[in-house]
Amino acid sequence: MSTTQPAAGEHLLEVSGLTKHFPIRRGIVFQRQIGAVHAVDGIDFTVGAGQSLGLVGESGCGKSTTGRLITRLLEPTAGKVVFDGEDITHTPENRMKEARRNLQMIFQDPYSSLNPRHTVGTIVETPMRLNDINPPQGHKKRAQELLETVGLNPEHYNRYPNEFSGGQRQRIGIARALALRPKLIVADEPVSALDVSIQAQIVNLLQDLQRELGIAFVFIAHDLAVVRHFCERVAVMYLGKIVEVADRQTLYTGPRHPYTHALLSAVPEADPDAVHRRERIRLAGDVPSPVDPPSGCRFRTRCWKAQERCATEEPPLVRLGGNAEGHLTACHFPEEPSVEARAEDIVLDPALTTLEDNASAAS
Amino acid sequence: MSLLTSPQPAAADDAAAPFLDVRDLRVHFPTEDGIVKSVDGVSFTLEKGSTLGIVGESGSGKSVTSLALLGLHKGTRAQVSGEIRLDGRELVSLPEHAMRSLRGRTVSMIFQDPLSALHPYFTVGAQIAEAYQVHHKVSKKEARERAVEMLKRVGIPQPQRRVRDYPHQFSGGMRQRAMIAMALVCDPELLIADEPTTALDVTVQAQILDLIRDLQEEFGSAVILITHDLGVVADIADDILVMYGGRRIEYGTVHDVLKEPQHPYTWGLLESMPQITGDVGRRLNPIAGSPPSLINPPGGCAFHPRCTYKGWVPEGRCAVDRPELVEVAGTGRHLAACHLTPETRQEIRVRTATGAAQ
Amino acid sequence: MLRYLIRRLLAAVAILLVITVITFVIFFALPSDPALLACGKTCSPSRLAEIKHSLGLDQTFLKQFWEFFKGLFVGRDFGDESVHIHCGAPCLGISFQTDTPVLTTLLDDFPADLSLGLGAAVFFLILGVGLGTVAAVRRGKAADKAAVGLALLGVSVQIYFVGLLLLYLFVDKWQILPASGYTPITQDPGAWFQGLILPWFTLVIVYLALYTRLTRSSMLEVFAEDYMRTARAKGLSSQRVVLKHGLRAAITPIITIFGMDVGSLIGGSAVITESVFGINGIGKLAVDSVQNSDLPVILGTTLFAATFVVLANVVVDVVYGLIDPRVRLA
Repeated sequence: MSTTQPAAGEHLLEVSGLTKHFPIRRGIVFQRQIGAVHAVDGIDFTVGAGQSLGLVGESGCGKSTTGRLITRLLEPTAGKVVFDGEDITHTPENRMKEARRNLQMIFQDPYSSLNPRHTVGTIVETPMRLNDINPPQGHKKRAQELLETVGLNPEHYNRYPNEFSGGQRQRIGIARALALRPKLIVADEPVSALDVSIQAQIVNLLQDLQRELGIAFVFIAHDLAVVRHFCERVAVMYLGKIVEVADRQTLYTGPRHPYTHALLSAVPEADPDAVHRRERIRLAGDVPSPVDPPSGCRFRTRCWKAQERCATEEPPLVRLGGNAEGHLTACHFPEEPSVEARAEDIVLDPALTTLEDNASAAS
Repeated sequence: MSLLTSPQPAAADDAAAPFLDVRDLRVHFPTEDGIVKSVDGVSFTLEKGSTLGIVGESGSGKSVTSLALLGLHKGTRAQVSGEIRLDGRELVSLPEHAMRSLRGRTVSMIFQDPLSALHPYFTVGAQIAEAYQVHHKVSKKEARERAVEMLKRVGIPQPQRRVRDYPHQFSGGMRQRAMIAMALVCDPELLIADEPTTALDVTVQAQILDLIRDLQEEFGSAVILITHDLGVVADIADDILVMYGGRRIEYGTVHDVLKEPQHPYTWGLLESMPQITGDVGRRLNPIAGSPPSLINPPGGCAFHPRCTYKGWVPEGRCAVDRPELVEVAGTGRHLAACHLTPETRQEIRVRTATGAAQ
Repeated sequence: MLRYLIRRLLAAVAILLVITVITFVIFFALPSDPALLACGKTCSPSRLAEIKHSLGLDQTFLKQFWEFFKGLFVGRDFGDESVHIHCGAPCLGISFQTDTPVLTTLLDDFPADLSLGLGAAVFFLILGVGLGTVAAVRRGKAADKAAVGLALLGVSVQIYFVGLLLLYLFVDKWQILPASGYTPITQDPGAWFQGLILPWFTLVIVYLALYTRLTRSSMLEVFAEDYMRTARAKGLSSQRVVLKHGLRAAITPIITIFGMDVGSLIGGSAVITESVFGINGIGKLAVDSVQNSDLPVILGTTLFAATFVVLANVVVDVVYGLIDPRVRLA
């Protein structure tokens, strides 16, 4: 497995300086802008053909907005999206057809993203008809093949979405995305609404499709374990910025950014012994509002290593000394590249500190 | 068979009755389509200072069980039978007014989504103070002071000021802290947390789980943690009860269930979860099909239509004969409801282990 | 909150302005000629022109609208050398029939509508919310069915039927109540009350149905909310759960409808009730003015009623803010 980024020119998707600010308006008669939600604030990344990039982060980090910007469901405030060699940042809607065909999206909620009044067949066929694609075997046959590909019974062609379970509906959504043989699929939390056992079915399906059809993925999820399982490269986002990006092995075993450490440490593992093996970091409070993000490094308000410099100078996303190629970190005072248990836990939460101090004093 | 009424785990001391003793609990909902057997013969015990994790997917009956412990099915169409003994007192047959005096004081609950579980029109402080005033004859001022103290305890910054805020002014993590403050305001002996972190971000989830654990150590109460995520219970629970289709499928200590799982459903749950450590190339092994109907559950073992290993049991027994929850030989407190013999289970586990390594 | 209120008030003024324009346009589009009506049967062309001039009808549409609009703020003077009528601001014009300023007539009739509308509203709100709550709590049981049935009955019967039936029973047959209509409260509070009992009762029967059903469905929706389960889990009594936690949330949609109903009732929409019980209110005034093609009065009553509906909406918005902190603090 290669840990390096593919050379320039091979990129299927190139995102640079991508920014999305949602204006906040206020006023009695005339609305004037009084601020903006800094949903995505200047991010760069690339995805090679057939590669999968994971975007992880907590609510408000901008990962879903990023997905919508790439697929042009939202208009970027600034920055550039180059897909398949073509700059699609500001391509007007009527000229997006070609790009749309190669760039599909799968949504989180399999209940609301399918039109309940259309049959499964219609849902899967519509993208083909809209794009004037006439497969030699005919629309119906092709749709049935697609249903079979995603593990549904092709005879269910005439059924309606409400006759299917959540997992099956997500399969329908996937079949629809596959109808145009896309080069890239943006999957926004594709399994988070599903039960654990069903999640695994869908993850396996996506993995098979990726391998067999060579589709590249931008996989957006809050679940770090699912992302590690699915994506070769992973970018960690915090308040509209990418704070760290690396191949999965490096990111999950040798992260440098304190936030990546905190995030990994917070993931619960179904292993009672894991607690003693892994470092324990408990942050204080929640993610600050993206309306007025902290100056300098955005994580500094919750970071145990923050110093004055972090407030004044925004750390660039760069390859730090000791980092492998392609491992970029945005931090002035990076951590050691290890997730092993530390001599002393890092507990910033005041309630936990008090309780744990009391407990250790009593014992 | 006596096993139906003998819960096992938690120290089996014949002299003293367990603090919480649930026996053969059934919660059935009559509907037009038939009787929904959400909980169908569930038993477990729990001591003070211990934590039980109840794990299952949607429709497994885990949340319905917790509502039964609070007596919240009283006055609804639900038919509850069996026994719930809390500190020697039987709760199923307890009249509503008596149950009410226990709710919030002796048994309290933390719900999944704190935004919808807190009333949007009342301040956080008023809601916590109200929970205290119901059970204590105190003035408004005293109740409010108590609310501030609780907010401080659960780590809300500036509790004096935040006590006057409305739930929508709190962040997700703070709302769940406020919910915990409300649940603990009367020092309950049994705390039930129903998916307390499902709606939260992962770093906040870790804070909240640790908070529940640390507070339990201080208050010494018994805790039931209901979740769909085996990872959530690994660090915090003492015992784990795995439910499927309203029944117990496996029951034992955390170590037993997570390290030596015996039931194919538990295997399935564990193998369908991606991990953040270990072999990244390991393919997930999902459970085929979807959860069973609670109106017409499959005959025999409710899991058999989805079970990969039913062929290992001779004569198609899984489809006709419902397996009882029995002790795994040599463990004493680890129970599983499966027809597979210990030898077969061992063989299967060896095979899957080598399969995964390839 | 203040910013919010100012914004709502500005919007209300804008809406009233639009209503004025629309009413005025309709006034003009009507085929009948008011001057001809005022002129009577023996009308000479010169007399007609005179009347047209004195009513200002010989001017262009825009000019007339401007005069009317100006009158709202500074008042107007009507008539010629022989008759002179001053109409003080806010002037809504003068009646073709009585030559009195429209506003004076409106204000004379207003206390009757205010008493009728507000009084009935208090009763149907309290009773409707009460019945609806009982129905929701006892969902599917006898009390629920009775309340829903009663509500259905209320919707089905007509005001003139109930009104006349009540009049027959209480006034003619049992002679418990006096026959006469409205007495101002300042004159005789006892008579005021006695005279309004039956009209109130009639309106309550008609409106109760709506409020019972509205409360019932709103309550059932709230019962399904997570915070209601939280309230029970705290150990609160079911009365407290329903009345404090439930009603507080369920009342919001009811207030919207209530505000509009009260607005239109005191603006004169209880026409049938007024006429059945012989109360001289704005509704009756409006009906009479239509029959007489007394256009300034039609215009005046329309604007007057619209003002109350719009004002009621502003009040509803403010009350919303008081009830729901999410609105207040947004």
